[in-house]
Amino acid sequence: MTQVNVEEKLFQNRYRVDAGRPHISIRDLDVCRSQCTTQQCTSCCPAGCYTAEGNGAVTLITDGCLECGTCRVICTEFHNVDWEYPRGGFGVLFKFG
Amino acid sequence: MQERFDVIVVGAGPAGNAAAYTLASAGMSVLQIERGETPGSKNVQGAILYADALERIIPTFRDDAPLERYLIEQRFWMLTDDAYIGSNYRSAAFNRPPYNRYTIVRAQFDRWFSGKVQQAGGLVICETTVRELIFDGERVVGVHTDREGGAIYADLVILADGVNSTLARKAGFHAELQPKDVALAVKETLFLAPEVIEQRFGLQGEEGVAIEMTGAITHGMVGTGFLYTNRDTLTIGIGCLLSNFVQQKIPPYELLERMKAHPAIQPLLAGAELKEYVAHLIPEGGYNAVPRLYGHGWMIAGDSAGLVNSVHREGSNLAMTSGRLAAETAIALREADRPFTAENLSRYRRRLDDSFVMKDLKKYRRLPATLHENPQFFTTYPGMMNAAMHEFITVDGTDKKSKEKAIRRSLGERRGWFGLVGDAFKLWRAFE
Repeated sequence: MTQVNVEEKLFQNRYRVDAGRPHISIRDLDVCRSQCTTQQCTSCCPAGCYTAEGNGAVTLITDGCLECGTCRVICTEFHNVDWEYPRGGFGVLFKFG
Repeated sequence: MQERFDVIVVGAGPAGNAAAYTLASAGMSVLQIERGETPGSKNVQGAILYADALERIIPTFRDDAPLERYLIEQRFWMLTDDAYIGSNYRSAAFNRPPYNRYTIVRAQFDRWFSGKVQQAGGLVICETTVRELIFDGERVVGVHTDREGGAIYADLVILADGVNSTLARKAGFHAELQPKDVALAVKETLFLAPEVIEQRFGLQGEEGVAIEMTGAITHGMVGTGFLYTNRDTLTIGIGCLLSNFVQQKIPPYELLERMKAHPAIQPLLAGAELKEYVAHLIPEGGYNAVPRLYGHGWMIAGDSAGLVNSVHREGSNLAMTSGRLAAETAIALREADRPFTAENLSRYRRRLDDSFVMKDLKKYRRLPATLHENPQFFTTYPGMMNAAMHEFITVDGTDKKSKEKAIRRSLGERRGWFGLVGDAFKLWRAFE
């Protein structure tokens, strides 16, 4: 089976991005790079917001976030995800939900 | 804006709307705060609405609620990679009003429900995120929002802020969700012309069908899939325990895409056009994972309290019922001129215990652990059932007695006779 492109799915959604104010952030990038061996956020995030870079680092881009909470709940070892809801009115805006 | 209310309700989902509507209808001053652009724009569900819970709140809801299709048929499928065995239940009794269950689109439904709150006299403000609760000692006295000068005060705060309940976690009312106690579900809404839906699923007018699925689609994970018919859309989704996703490392959207490609499912979706892709956590820890539900000046309802019956795929009805019971607890105390202390609010827990909400959760209290420890229910058994059926109906010159023997041998080989008996006992214990 070919790789699924989640961006094509997210493209159908409506978002109001709070530019420059991401509601989720990685607390310590170095923890992901040098301590976390599993990096489960890179496979579990249903919006593919977390990317495993070739050099061991994890990058996070929250623009396509579906606000489910998965990344926070699964970061059980290092609690390295700072997770808030977006400011009122921002983020994903479901047409169907 | 008035800065003090009898009650602040956080969230405009089924729990929050049920609470706010019930309170406002009884004449209490209610402020409801919702972070979405409109009520419903942050909310995700399958979605099936069970009429009973809403009927107890708004008996005339059928007059103007945005309902998609009423369900006349329920299908249960157990799938292997290339087959399924299942049962269908369709009854003409479901075709007589008042209908029992409906498919709904939450963005529309929640907006309608919120309109009812406002008609009843509740004040609803949207595009406002509550950042934390305000305490006076141990007592909750209000909320901080992300609006300027965002402190608002009330005698009581009802938390209906959904599964992630950031507020309850920050306040220490409950701990972080455990990956084994929560399912991640992803879902697509796909456009398909109503007449095609009706032809394809054997429906007329506003009739609808729901298909619940288990087996190979979850790739060994504890979970289920579903396909529901709306008026002019289909919703298809799959949810598995987060702890399983962590181990399996299959991206959720990939799991959904594989499910959509299943030979039994793909023809049902042919020609349907993607309109939206969503993801949501579902609290599935059951009875043993329910946190404290009340304290000085606060109560918690719905998903934020973990009130989901994962066995029966029920959540919004537990949410509405808990929201209503929280509101009724507050109304009764106010009428008796008694303060919203933890002791007085403990009646909320008793009301819940006396209702189907806690009775059902309690009945299945052992199930989450049983399923978690016994993945064979999601792997071996669907395979066994399909193989047995395949053998049973394939006419190939083998005599029936030999076929029965082959089926029995295969069952024994796949799970072992002790395994079969043990599994039956485990299931009986979990469901008794």
